[in-house]
Amino acid sequence: MVFLHATSLADAVAALSAHPGAVPIAGGTDVMVEVNFDRRRPAALLDLTRVPELSRWWVEDGRVRLGAGIPYARVIAELGDRLPGLAMAARTVGSPQIRNRGTVGGNLGAASPAGDSHPPLLAAGAEVELVSNRGRRRVPVCEFYTGVKRNVLAPDELIEAVWVDSVAGPQQFSKIGTRNAMVISVAAFALALHPERQQVGTGIGSAAPTPRRAREAEELLAGELDAAGLWESRGPLPATLAEEFGSRVCAAAAPIDDVRGSAAYRVHSLRVMARRTLTWAWNDYRKAA
Amino acid sequence: MTSLMQAAETTSWNGIGTSARRPDGLLKVTGRFSYSSDLWVEGAVFAVTVRSPHAAARIVSVDVSRALALPGVRAVLTHEDVPGAKTYGMKLADQPVLAVDQVRYHGEPVALVAADDPQTARRAADLVHVEYAPYEPVTDPEAALLPGARPVLGSDNLVRHVKIRHGDLVAARELAEVVVSGDYEVGMQDQAFLGPESGLAIPSEDGGVELYVSSQWLHKDLEQLAPCLGLPPDKVRLTLAGVGGAFGGREDLSVQAHACMLALRLGRPVRMVYSREESFFGHVHRHPARMHFEHGATRDGKLVYVRARLLLDGGAYTSTSPVVIANACYFAAGAYEVPHAQIDGLAVYTNNPPCGAMRGFGAVQSAYGVESNLDRLARELAMDPLELRMRNAMRTGTVLPTGQEVDGPAPVRELLASLQERPLPAEATGERDLRTLPGGVANTTHGEGLRRGIGYAVGVKAIGYSGGVDDVSTACVTLEVAGGRPVVSVHTAAAECGQGVTTVQAQIAGTELGVTRVVVVPADTRVGDAGSASASRMTWMSSGAVQGACRLVARDVLARAARVSGRPATVLALVHDGVVDSLTGDRVCSIVDLLGDDRIEHVHEYHHRPTQGIDPETGQGDAHIAFAFAAHRAVVEVDVELGLVKVVELATAQDVGKAMNPLAVEGQIEGGSAQGLGLALMEELVVDDSGRLRNPSFTDYLIPTMLDVPPMPISLFELPHPDSPYGLNGVGEPPTLSSTPAIVNAVRAATGLDLPRAPVRPEHLTGTMPAGNRAATPAALPAVTPPPGTAPGGQPTRARH
Amino acid sequence: MRVTTTVNGETRHADDVSESESLLYLLRERLGLPGSKNACEQGECGSCTVYLDGVPACSCLVAAGQAEGSDVVTVEGLAPGRDLDPVQEAFVECGAVQCGFCTPGFVVSAHDLLARCPNPGDDEIREALAGNLCRCTGYEKILDAVRCAAGRMPSERSTV
Repeated sequence: MVFLHATSLADAVAALSAHPGAVPIAGGTDVMVEVNFDRRRPAALLDLTRVPELSRWWVEDGRVRLGAGIPYARVIAELGDRLPGLAMAARTVGSPQIRNRGTVGGNLGAASPAGDSHPPLLAAGAEVELVSNRGRRRVPVCEFYTGVKRNVLAPDELIEAVWVDSVAGPQQFSKIGTRNAMVISVAAFALALHPERQQVGTGIGSAAPTPRRAREAEELLAGELDAAGLWESRGPLPATLAEEFGSRVCAAAAPIDDVRGSAAYRVHSLRVMARRTLTWAWNDYRKAA
Repeated sequence: MTSLMQAAETTSWNGIGTSARRPDGLLKVTGRFSYSSDLWVEGAVFAVTVRSPHAAARIVSVDVSRALALPGVRAVLTHEDVPGAKTYGMKLADQPVLAVDQVRYHGEPVALVAADDPQTARRAADLVHVEYAPYEPVTDPEAALLPGARPVLGSDNLVRHVKIRHGDLVAARELAEVVVSGDYEVGMQDQAFLGPESGLAIPSEDGGVELYVSSQWLHKDLEQLAPCLGLPPDKVRLTLAGVGGAFGGREDLSVQAHACMLALRLGRPVRMVYSREESFFGHVHRHPARMHFEHGATRDGKLVYVRARLLLDGGAYTSTSPVVIANACYFAAGAYEVPHAQIDGLAVYTNNPPCGAMRGFGAVQSAYGVESNLDRLARELAMDPLELRMRNAMRTGTVLPTGQEVDGPAPVRELLASLQERPLPAEATGERDLRTLPGGVANTTHGEGLRRGIGYAVGVKAIGYSGGVDDVSTACVTLEVAGGRPVVSVHTAAAECGQGVTTVQAQIAGTELGVTRVVVVPADTRVGDAGSASASRMTWMSSGAVQGACRLVARDVLARAARVSGRPATVLALVHDGVVDSLTGDRVCSIVDLLGDDRIEHVHEYHHRPTQGIDPETGQGDAHIAFAFAAHRAVVEVDVELGLVKVVELATAQDVGKAMNPLAVEGQIEGGSAQGLGLALMEELVVDDSGRLRNPSFTDYLIPTMLDVPPMPISLFELPHPDSPYGLNGVGEPPTLSSTPAIVNAVRAATGLDLPRAPVRPEHLTGTMPAGNRAATPAALPAVTPPPGTAPGGQPTRARH
Repeated sequence: MRVTTTVNGETRHADDVSESESLLYLLRERLGLPGSKNACEQGECGSCTVYLDGVPACSCLVAAGQAEGSDVVTVEGLAPGRDLDPVQEAFVECGAVQCGFCTPGFVVSAHDLLARCPNPGDDEIREALAGNLCRCTGYEKILDAVRCAAGRMPSERSTV
């Protein structure tokens, strides 16, 4: 095995190009577990923690450009106002020690269906920026995941950043675990209301082979809010709409039974989380008037 | 002698009854304490275990050639290399050191690899090619008993059938006006100590071996280990290395035989340190239980009889199952006066992971059953569950189902009353911090779906060994002068697992000999047996031994002082590193002057009072030396829609006889209560239908975090036990018995659900357990008139009285 | 490979470090600092918590190579002289130590919490220390120790 240190993005891209089998490592919270247990023996590890471009964020054209190497602790501390959904999810990741090291880029790279970043990124309509010797490309996050722990990343590509709309409407995130801290998601749901374009974003975690949106639920809700003029009136949300929204969210899930939870519970909890998060988000929207 | 291990030392006088600091505390907070996984000597190689991926298979062949060919590999051993006896065990020597011709559980050791570094050893282990011919495992403990079931071990799958027959059940059933019964289950809990199994074996020049290991009982290790190594016991010397928690999981052997046989084979030191995953395979677990309880009572709530059938899954080998099932049966009537009892307990062999000792030792399971069924009875009687318990509370003089009269303190009613008097935690109002809600910061509720519930439970358990075992504990105490000061050295084989036995030993030596500086030397097998750090017995037994040895030393010192001073020894006492006349208060002399270069040393062997075995057909007999009691009140908040639970408060009332070290006693109670919380709500090793362990990691075997454990106020009772040193009683296990059922009873009160099974999963609370999973569907209890003191919605308010 | 780090204030070199090794392994097996404990190797227990460039991290999840040029402080480094850090002192005094295997990680996490937040409330303590598992104490005495150390930090620090 080779250990590669990168001190700039150009360095990192060049190193990956020269060692296409290299595994990029930032916080190490996924990669090192596999290395420690000898489940993964990469030809090279490429350390990204010293790449300054990856640990910066800024706002450009109303979008937050979040460097892939920013740890969750910084998302919570610095971006709670701009990316509230992601910050809420970040607070539920592992432990304080994990949040000090683990990154959104790492979560995307691992592409576990249980990754906590995915639902809020899906709900917010984020894009993932990938870079290689061949150039840059942006992939909508909903097209990023291709299977269980698989994504669109080519062997020579790095996740450079995530682009997310700076918040315009309320966001919520909710996650089920069987203890009150340090737990992998049994099911998770994120919701973003986009009043500026009268749309709704959703993200489901741990309830399908990949993180995914609940498109029918989004369309139903956006349509009903529009039809009833609720975006403008900010009137009370009909209870039946919240229920129906929950049902559509469930319909989008394709969970399995495993040691962490049953498929039936995952579906059931998604229904409840969808209803509750919508209620909270809508109340926030009404209060913000 | 034991240069790898540090002695624990106190330098300020703290007698018994004070919250003396741990003598090993300084080393532990600075990272300098040597745990068994920290030991290193020049030239040591690292060893790992090759384990079976199957629960039941014939071993067709083992090919070690590829592993041996890997550079850096020093040895690969199989059963053929075991120098002596091929099997060992706590009760029966039926567990192979390394599997011979078949494997009987997932994770059974098959071969050993030693290499220059851990990574090479692990990679070589992957190269050991074992060809298995798997067969259908026996995984259902009930089916294991059916005629025609394949015997896992021996001739049938019954480990032991314990029968207790007390009173006249036929007549009792006539007397009972109300009868309730229920089926209850407890999942497989793991000790989940943080310090993995580990040890260092060093071959010695006499052809023997020195083993530094984390253990609960060095002499029992030695007794099992020496025959396997083909060595006389005096050539196998064990020293206790730092123990990172135990809770029963270090009673059986783990690395002991493996590390030693490699060290003997290679003639060089061998280190073994289990990974967390291997640790889950490397020790026995708490027996999963299926239980049926039937209680008969009068309409006014006096218990008439209990009938119980307990089935414990012992897994593939015997371990301590025969005594775990006995202990489960002894206390199947709970801490109550029950005139008639018929109790049957069966422990069985299956191809599931072996089960054995874990804190509570069978009584956890039966306490869960009996306390669950009592709440059911209370509902049937429309009686407050607390009132039902108080009305039937055991007391001194109560006759147990085994026919023994309880002769020590039995303040069950008083414990419950103290819980009842404790104010309830305030109901939260207004906007709440997420951290106080079910689901925590994962933001699953802002108050939706919440219902509060309160539950009570009591636990009783025998302290020390029961059933005719002559329990023994040895201490060697030395008094000498070093550096111009008197120093007491206490040498025992008692295992300090974190519970604080070395602290108490130092406190006793200080109290008995009036000496400030006490050194507790590392435990080893060079001194006599101390018995196990189990059965909540260690403080009792070791205190008896240390007290006895100290009193022999004191007798000699005072005799000298009497000769020197001309005063009668009977008026002299040891105080502040000197001898005083207790009548006049005069200081007679210093210990330094009295001793000079002499050292006074005594060994004392303490035995507790004799007990009897129980009759095999009736279960009758005076089997126990003492009983200990704890009671819990749990207050929970349940998000009934999502099935998530937050324990708001878990209050304990416990009689400890004498709190030798109040801070340490509280620590035992809080730690035991938290483990019970884990069993109630999250902890279970999941074994699938093929006998495979599904969650051997801290990612999926969840133990409570600081955000899961609530404030745990304690009411400590100190009713001196008549037969023990200083009146103390065992402390460690009782809180583990009642914590689990108190919490589950609270969840039942909040939800109105039956909840037969612990741990309670969100699926049980939301009706989403997949079909085919036993005890899956939550059945609502039959509607009954709400008991007095119960608010609408099944939420008991603060009990009256 | 060779790895050079500053550990507890001293520059340390280690040779023949494997690329797949963790910082925890480096500390325990190569630098003679076994205070940081290995209890899960997957970031689920916090027993291996160290300061890495001033931030608490699970050293089992840091590749040794990533620590090149870093500043590492372990439990052994919190009390370099004879005096214990107030957090260590409070852990002994309040009964927060039983088997002690989790203690080094807890001490580092609590030390960091109090450095950031000198007077944390119970909920804050619980959230900040939820990444450290303890199997012996039920956490009550650990909470006591953190509360106790919090009370002592300012004055003791100003006199040091």
